[in-house]
Amino acid sequence: MALATLPFEKPVAELDHRIAELRRMGGPRLENQIRALEDKAEALRDHIFSRLTRWQMVQLSRHPRRPYSLDYISRIFTDFQEFHGDRRFADDESIVAGFARLDDVRVMVIGQQKGRGTKENLRRNFGMPRPEGYRKALRLMKLAERFDRPIITFIDTPGAYPGIGAEERGQSQAIAENLEEMMKLRVPVISTVIGEGGSGGALALGVTDRINMLRYTTYSVITPEGCASILWRDAANADKAAEAMRLTAPDLVKLGIIDEVIDEARGGAHRDPGLTAANVERVINRQLDQLLSMDAETRIADRRAKYRAMGVALEPTREPEERARARTRRRTR
Amino acid sequence: MTWYARSDTGPRKARPEKTQGAAPTESLWLRCEGCDEVILRREVEKNLRVCPRCNHHMRLTGRERIAATLDEGTFEERDADMESDDPLSFKDSKRYRDRVKSTQKATGEKDAFVWGYGSLGGKPVAVGAFVFAFQGGSMGSVVGEKIARMYDGAREERIPCILFSASGGARMQEGILSLMQMAKTCGALAHFREVKQPYISVLTDPTTGGVAASFSMLGDVIIAEPKALVGFAGARVIEQTIRQKLPEGFQRAEFLLTHGMVDMVVPRGELRDKLVTLIDLMAG
Ligand SMILES: [Zn+2]
Repeated sequence: MALATLPFEKPVAELDHRIAELRRMGGPRLENQIRALEDKAEALRDHIFSRLTRWQMVQLSRHPRRPYSLDYISRIFTDFQEFHGDRRFADDESIVAGFARLDDVRVMVIGQQKGRGTKENLRRNFGMPRPEGYRKALRLMKLAERFDRPIITFIDTPGAYPGIGAEERGQSQAIAENLEEMMKLRVPVISTVIGEGGSGGALALGVTDRINMLRYTTYSVITPEGCASILWRDAANADKAAEAMRLTAPDLVKLGIIDEVIDEARGGAHRDPGLTAANVERVINRQLDQLLSMDAETRIADRRAKYRAMGVALEPTREPEERARARTRRRTR
Repeated sequence: MTWYARSDTGPRKARPEKTQGAAPTESLWLRCEGCDEVILRREVEKNLRVCPRCNHHMRLTGRERIAATLDEGTFEERDADMESDDPLSFKDSKRYRDRVKSTQKATGEKDAFVWGYGSLGGKPVAVGAFVFAFQGGSMGSVVGEKIARMYDGAREERIPCILFSASGGARMQEGILSLMQMAKTCGALAHFREVKQPYISVLTDPTTGGVAASFSMLGDVIIAEPKALVGFAGARVIEQTIRQKLPEGFQRAEFLLTHGMVDMVVPRGELRDKLVTLIDLMAG
């Protein structure tokens, strides 16, 4: 197979290769041998994946064979109609968006889109949106709100694009505006991290009523390489930075940031995109049912309160006895 | 005792903020980074830390900034004792907890943001300012919570709100919690907008990363100080990505004005009067 394999996937990949060879040879005599090898491969895979380091999770979240937004959209939704452009400057193909149908519910779906291979990656800018991408997303979120359609977003970006044009056209302003406007959306909004959740560039699609992460994805304030080059003065310490930043899905559940970890296929989403998409669909459907049963005011108040409670700080005079870790809470003046 | 010191003190070589300009051990002279001239410290301080020779705007501490803005003696600080709790038990070459302690000692501040109430031109306002000398003015849970409380306070009191940014962005040592402060502050700001009082965002050198990409760029009026560096990505990151030199004046206040990202560039000496006029025109 010419497809990319991560270093820690190699032992299993070799077994898979041998199984494929035996299959090609065929014959009933090999059946038992094949089955034994398959069991061995499964056991080895489970063993490796039960003890992944955070840095290995980072690599999985960036796996070149991982399903991207359009892979989930085609499996989960029907009638997807892609809309283009921010009506101000350009169409940014690192974000795809449009109306679609989720079972019988009509929704707006928006996702960051990486490319497969050099050519498509250049077109998709490696999934790094420019201001016009965020403005397209916001335009369509407002459109969804006007037509009373829930919004489903997929997050998968190394970060917002750092370039001259992006700065000239207000990358900061575009992200900032999305954060404020998403906070006020009257329709239900659900986000799912399907790969890399890279900093503000990810959050600009991530201010939502429910936040999910697939099991082998990450969500962080800066890339481990970026963090390492600043704090360890060497990007080669990215593995240490990944450990210290606690950026995996289980980490974010513990920190009270995300709502749910969605299981991937054994060995990662790329090994069975269909199964993984079915898991995503099930969770989104359940959450959507729940959110649709609430009124808009309650959803907005809950959304704001959820983010308002994020963060940990000490206030000695406010909590004279504890003086200990306590969730910062709303001030009552 | 040094004869002169650099005018701009970074996060690592910070001199004690609370004693700045007052301690007897302080040098009488400083070197301006704008014109490289050695100038009498007293002369610079009298001029709101703007170089009298070349007009270079040196950094103010959070408290200096607030004092230079409000009517004299009207500042009432809020949440003064809030401090970081090291939620990730973060450690690089040093423990985050220890870094915070030593920065607290060096700056005399609990964290990188100071806010409270006061009056400006006789009218009540909520005002807050970043402390750049505190870990580069980085935003973690404490900064985010204080800013959110400032918007909440201004909303409840129905008064204008002024925020002075000076920050390198999010505080890495609080990981994802730092990132979420961007959403949290923007949520509180969205709520504040309901009372129809002006939110004035003043961008000072530097305002970048997650601070630029949230409340700083959302002012009803956005003012930048001359030559202030304002942008999303750092110059080094951009140069590495696009592999070309950045144009002269890139990401400076005047560049943002030309590209329609800020309303005005206002020299520090005129800022207070400008704020009074703007609030008079917009509030109530
Ligand atoms: Zn000078």
